[in-house]
Amino acid sequence: MNYFFLFQCSFKHSVTLHMHLYHVGDSLFDCQSSVLLLLIRACNLLYQVNKHMKAPIYIYYQLDNYYQNHRRYVKSRSDKQLLYGLKYNYTGSCSPEDANNGLPIVPCGLIAWSLFNDTYSFFHGADALKVNRKNIAWESDRNHKFGKHVYPFNFQNGSLIGGALLDPAIPLSDQEDLIVWMRTAALPSFHKLYGRIEEDLHADEILEVKILNNYNTYSFGGRKKLVLSTSSWLGGHNNFIGIAYISIGSSFIFIALVFMLLHVKNPRPYGDTTNISWTWTGISS
Amino acid sequence: MGISMLKEAVEDWHRFLKDRNVNSRKVKVHVGNGLFLQKSWESLCVGDVVKVSKNEYFPGDLLLLSSSYEDGVCYVETMNLDGETNLKAKRSLEATLCLDDDEEFSRFKAKIRCEDPNPSLYTFVGNLEFINESYPLSPTQILLRDSKLRNTEYIYGVVIFSGRDAKAVQNSTRAPSKRSKVERKMDHVIYVLFAMMVLISSISATGSALYTESEKEKRWYLRLRENIDDLFDPSDLVLSGLLQFIRSLILYGYLIPISLYVSIEIVKVLQAMLINKDLGMYDEITGKTVEARTSNLNEELGQVEMILSDKTGTLTCNQMEFRKCSIEGISYGGEVNEVDFVASERMNIDVERHRFSLDGSDSTGRSIEMFDLSTADASIEKEILHCNHGLDDPKAQNSRISVTGKESIIKGFNFRDDRLMDKMWIYRSNITDMVTFFRVMALCHTGIPVENNQSDRMMYEAESPEEVAFLIAAQEFGFKFCERTQSTMILQELDPSSGLVVKREYKLLNLLEFNSSRKRMSVIVQNEDGDIFLFCKGADDVIFERLADNGRTYQQATTLHLSNYAEDGLRTMVFAYKRVGLSEYEDWNSIFTKAKATISSEREELLENASEMIEKDFLLLGAVAVEDKLQKGVPECIDKLAQAGLKIWLLTGDKKETAINIGYACSLLRLDMKQLHLKLSTKAESNQVKDVKEEILLQIESYNQMIIQEDKKDSPFALVVDGQALQISLGSNLKHLFFSLAMNCDVVICCRVSPKQKALITRLAKQHSGKTILAIGDGANDVGMIQEADIGVGISGMEGMQAVMASDFSLPQFRFLERLLIVHGHWCYRRISKMILYFVYKNIAFGLTLFYYDIYTGFSGQDLYDDWYMVMFNVLLTSLPVISLGVLEQDVSSDVCLQFPALYQQGQKNICFSWKRIVGWILNGILASLAIFTLNIYILSSAAFDQDGNVADIEHIGTITYTSIIWTVNCQIVLMISHFTWISHVLIWGSILCWYIFLYLYGLFPPVYSGNVFGIFTEAIGPAFIYWILTLLVLVVALFPYFIHITIQRSFYPMDDHVIQEIKRHRRDITDSPSWLKEQEKSKKMTQIGFSARVDAKIVNLKEQLHQKRKSVYSSLTNSPIYKSMMREETSPQ
Repeated sequence: MNYFFLFQCSFKHSVTLHMHLYHVGDSLFDCQSSVLLLLIRACNLLYQVNKHMKAPIYIYYQLDNYYQNHRRYVKSRSDKQLLYGLKYNYTGSCSPEDANNGLPIVPCGLIAWSLFNDTYSFFHGADALKVNRKNIAWESDRNHKFGKHVYPFNFQNGSLIGGALLDPAIPLSDQEDLIVWMRTAALPSFHKLYGRIEEDLHADEILEVKILNNYNTYSFGGRKKLVLSTSSWLGGHNNFIGIAYISIGSSFIFIALVFMLLHVKNPRPYGDTTNISWTWTGISS
Repeated sequence: MGISMLKEAVEDWHRFLKDRNVNSRKVKVHVGNGLFLQKSWESLCVGDVVKVSKNEYFPGDLLLLSSSYEDGVCYVETMNLDGETNLKAKRSLEATLCLDDDEEFSRFKAKIRCEDPNPSLYTFVGNLEFINESYPLSPTQILLRDSKLRNTEYIYGVVIFSGRDAKAVQNSTRAPSKRSKVERKMDHVIYVLFAMMVLISSISATGSALYTESEKEKRWYLRLRENIDDLFDPSDLVLSGLLQFIRSLILYGYLIPISLYVSIEIVKVLQAMLINKDLGMYDEITGKTVEARTSNLNEELGQVEMILSDKTGTLTCNQMEFRKCSIEGISYGGEVNEVDFVASERMNIDVERHRFSLDGSDSTGRSIEMFDLSTADASIEKEILHCNHGLDDPKAQNSRISVTGKESIIKGFNFRDDRLMDKMWIYRSNITDMVTFFRVMALCHTGIPVENNQSDRMMYEAESPEEVAFLIAAQEFGFKFCERTQSTMILQELDPSSGLVVKREYKLLNLLEFNSSRKRMSVIVQNEDGDIFLFCKGADDVIFERLADNGRTYQQATTLHLSNYAEDGLRTMVFAYKRVGLSEYEDWNSIFTKAKATISSEREELLENASEMIEKDFLLLGAVAVEDKLQKGVPECIDKLAQAGLKIWLLTGDKKETAINIGYACSLLRLDMKQLHLKLSTKAESNQVKDVKEEILLQIESYNQMIIQEDKKDSPFALVVDGQALQISLGSNLKHLFFSLAMNCDVVICCRVSPKQKALITRLAKQHSGKTILAIGDGANDVGMIQEADIGVGISGMEGMQAVMASDFSLPQFRFLERLLIVHGHWCYRRISKMILYFVYKNIAFGLTLFYYDIYTGFSGQDLYDDWYMVMFNVLLTSLPVISLGVLEQDVSSDVCLQFPALYQQGQKNICFSWKRIVGWILNGILASLAIFTLNIYILSSAAFDQDGNVADIEHIGTITYTSIIWTVNCQIVLMISHFTWISHVLIWGSILCWYIFLYLYGLFPPVYSGNVFGIFTEAIGPAFIYWILTLLVLVVALFPYFIHITIQRSFYPMDDHVIQEIKRHRRDITDSPSWLKEQEKSKKMTQIGFSARVDAKIVNLKEQLHQKRKSVYSSLTNSPIYKSMMREETSPQ
């Protein structure tokens, strides 16, 4: 029904030893043992498509052990500023990323500041595979929540640079990576839409993925994964709901059978009065 | 909380208005120079001389100075104090008799010394210093507040105690604010939930602090080190932990169903409205309905275990009716009582059935004799029953029965017997004694005739309503008492020889008064011929021991009749007379006059002795029975209440005999019941307190022994206690013994108890047994008891509103108590319990998901749901169905409730709100929350949730989870409700629909207000198919544990209400009525009191008689030669 491919690009990192471990399927192997590549934060991955995948194929990045749902983080944004830009001054909730050098930051807050900045590019042999990175955010977000005339201002200008930089020439409503990122995930392990491959991938095709590993997840031992998935009317690949339905349904049938057996073995007629309290306390005249 | 306060405030305001009303009543007060002016009660001071007119209440405790009668007598009605209906005579001191005019008081000066204010109604110590002399004062001179002046034009009196010092007021207790047992238990549930909340809050707080501490370096994107948020400040973990704790308390506040208090308040008011509007409790005569004056105690009505009832005005309607009489050893006025009638009816049915079953087993040859035997049985049975009726005409029996149902036309006279009525008695054989009998009835009393303009019949006023009943009866028999002067009484008599009415004047020579120790009253009259007669009426034992040897002709028959009457609960009185010779009279009169003139402490004794001298050698005439008329439906009501497992105690200020009579009349007592009397012997009264205590202790212990020895099942016990014995029994060292005795008895009757004692019994019974106690009464004397009891019920039918004002529920009639308890109490109890349990469930199911989520957010306190969702949860989305549950739920309909009173015992055992159930529901809530949270989180977090590859964020997951919660808790209530109305359907499905509408509308708000909820339903989750199937899955899984539970319970361990529901649903009451009836019978078994129990006892009794008779018949049959030959024939072919 739907095809699901998982490229896991797992970074185990410590300050002294740099080592890349790429995780594909079940086999863990050292894809490029070059330490040099790591230092420039790039990583190439070869992968063989094992099933035919029909377009559109959704590209997700997954972060594990990343608390986007931490209250401090969730609150650190200003919806009004995102919509109205500099016209809206009060950005207290964004602290400490509300202002820098006396000037307000647009977009303010920790969420925007820590914008994910790994990039992926896909190659089909030598040809670059076209990845559509438009329309990955909710339409309502683009049209109603992020201002069409609000441009990034004074962003990532401080001493601490968190994540990605934003092009000050593009209005927020078109910064779809930001819009997707600002939709805070509910759980510490989440994935977010990166883009779409709008052509079919055939079985046994070899894909090469170039990963620019910019985002710092080492400090808290977070893991990154890259997920390619198709989608159906039930959403993405999701075994759980099917399993749940089948197992619960069958357990109901089982319990129904048990009850039936119990009833046959030990029947209680409808409206039978032997169980009534004034009978079984054994009162007789 | 605001709503509760408002409600209490309104109730208090009404109380205040009532108080002001009493305080501003007017009374005439002496202001100097013989001038009396109207003043309000509140401005009255001690020492004021007041003038009170007829039918006015006394404004305080007064010392009677003089009255409109020359001899300073006045009559007071003390119904509000002790519930006694008869008038009491009070007599002023001789010394103050002269003060009988307004003018006299200009010079009046006296000094009163008396005891301090105290609550004892029957004692008073003091003296009056007047014109240089000191006179001792006794209770006879004291007029108590709350009593009323009757039959006296006016009195003058001095205020001794006013306001708070008055004895009646001293007897009153402060109104406590009452809460029901369920509610008190609910508090404990809340404590449990609170503990749970504190626990998870501290887990959250500790978790948050630890997380902050361990992650402060690592999680760069949280910037924890920059100290901008106190909640996550790694430099001061204690503070931030504390702040987190507070935040968690607020967040998990959903575990504490605060809205439960509001909902319960609303539900109770609605329940009270339903109770008030119940047509089944509407009294057509007074046009009053039941009124739930406080709605706090609705569910307590379903848990009552004991009823303490007042007698006068509550069980009885304070009306005496002449019912039966026995003249010359012949009883008139019908003989069958209802118990016998119903018992014989039921017996006949049983006989029919018995015979049918024998006919059916027609397989052996023996059945022929069996059949013969059974027919023989039937005839014997009939014979016995017939004997028991003692009736010459079965038709008369039926007419007699039907008559009891009807109201008598003449008030106070409910007597039907063709042999006496309509002057038919003159045709009977021996009428001289009969004439004397009627004369005694018409002359031996203290009443006075009152003109009645409407008809030629006289109306009477007398010290006791019994006397009025006698006078009315005498009038019906043709002996109309028409005038009384100081020394004469005039009768209009029917002359039996001529059949004409003649007027005869009798000279009243002496009147020997009635009092409780004498138990008799005599008049000595002289007729126009100069013959002197002494007419006496009194209690049977007193009269019988004073009969002359030749006066005992009818004693045996009369005694039999008396016991029959007494079993019917009629109040009996024996009439006797004697002829006194002129010289004998004169001798005696001189002694009597002398005794009367004595003014010393010996006076009473001398008078007593003088009376004894003349009151002897009586000739017995017969007996009369008057019925202290019960209110409509009282015996039936008591019967039902007894079947419902309620214990009934009767507390009355009236005397013991009356109380026992009423006990019989209400079927609280029956003949085969062992009556245990707890009383002081008369000698002991003067003795030391210690001896008295000893005596009571001995009595209690011996009774306790007796109960232990006897098998309680066979012989029920009744405890009869009088006021003095009670006073001692309730003392600190005896009360335990006393109550353990009382609890072992089926009925307890306390007589001569003061209001304070009533309240004390109530309180101690409550403490000792821990049972829920309902007190019901109508007068001011019941106020203490009503306030002290768990539930106080006032009867609003009669005059006097004090009881009603103090009560929690007011009923127009006692009989409505049945419906109030068995139907409404039962329902309300189940409703409120279910409602609380459901509230606990739904708040746990909701609140815990917040906690689970908190764990996933690093204990940072982030909530899964939008703030508005959380606000709406208890306000709109789940509150209305639970209100419909609380107001409309019924396990079985009202008529089935009444048919199976035993269902009421569910409330007494508190099975709907036991800890087992509470814990069960808490577990159910935990399971539901787990199911909801895990399923939603696991399914939604693993992959994109719609076709466009979108991934769910906090808002999506929160909204979808919240949808599951709304569905689950609203469908849970569907599983709980057993009685659906369109209202419940509208509210339940409406609430779910409401959620979607709310979500849609919320999504329409501009994003600045709605945030990420903006367009969530239309754009994101609505079109996602997984949203809908996930909701279904979660719903089914979350309800599964409860569903399994009720399936197992219903199929294998059904409760009473389940079975009854099934029977009812099968329409067994229509298609299979015998077994339906059989079940009904079974549900009634346990009880020892009440009409049904009495009938059962009677049947057992009759069956025993039958059995003995049958034995004798059988032995005679088997011994007969025919039987023997038949037996031989039968055995020979084999």
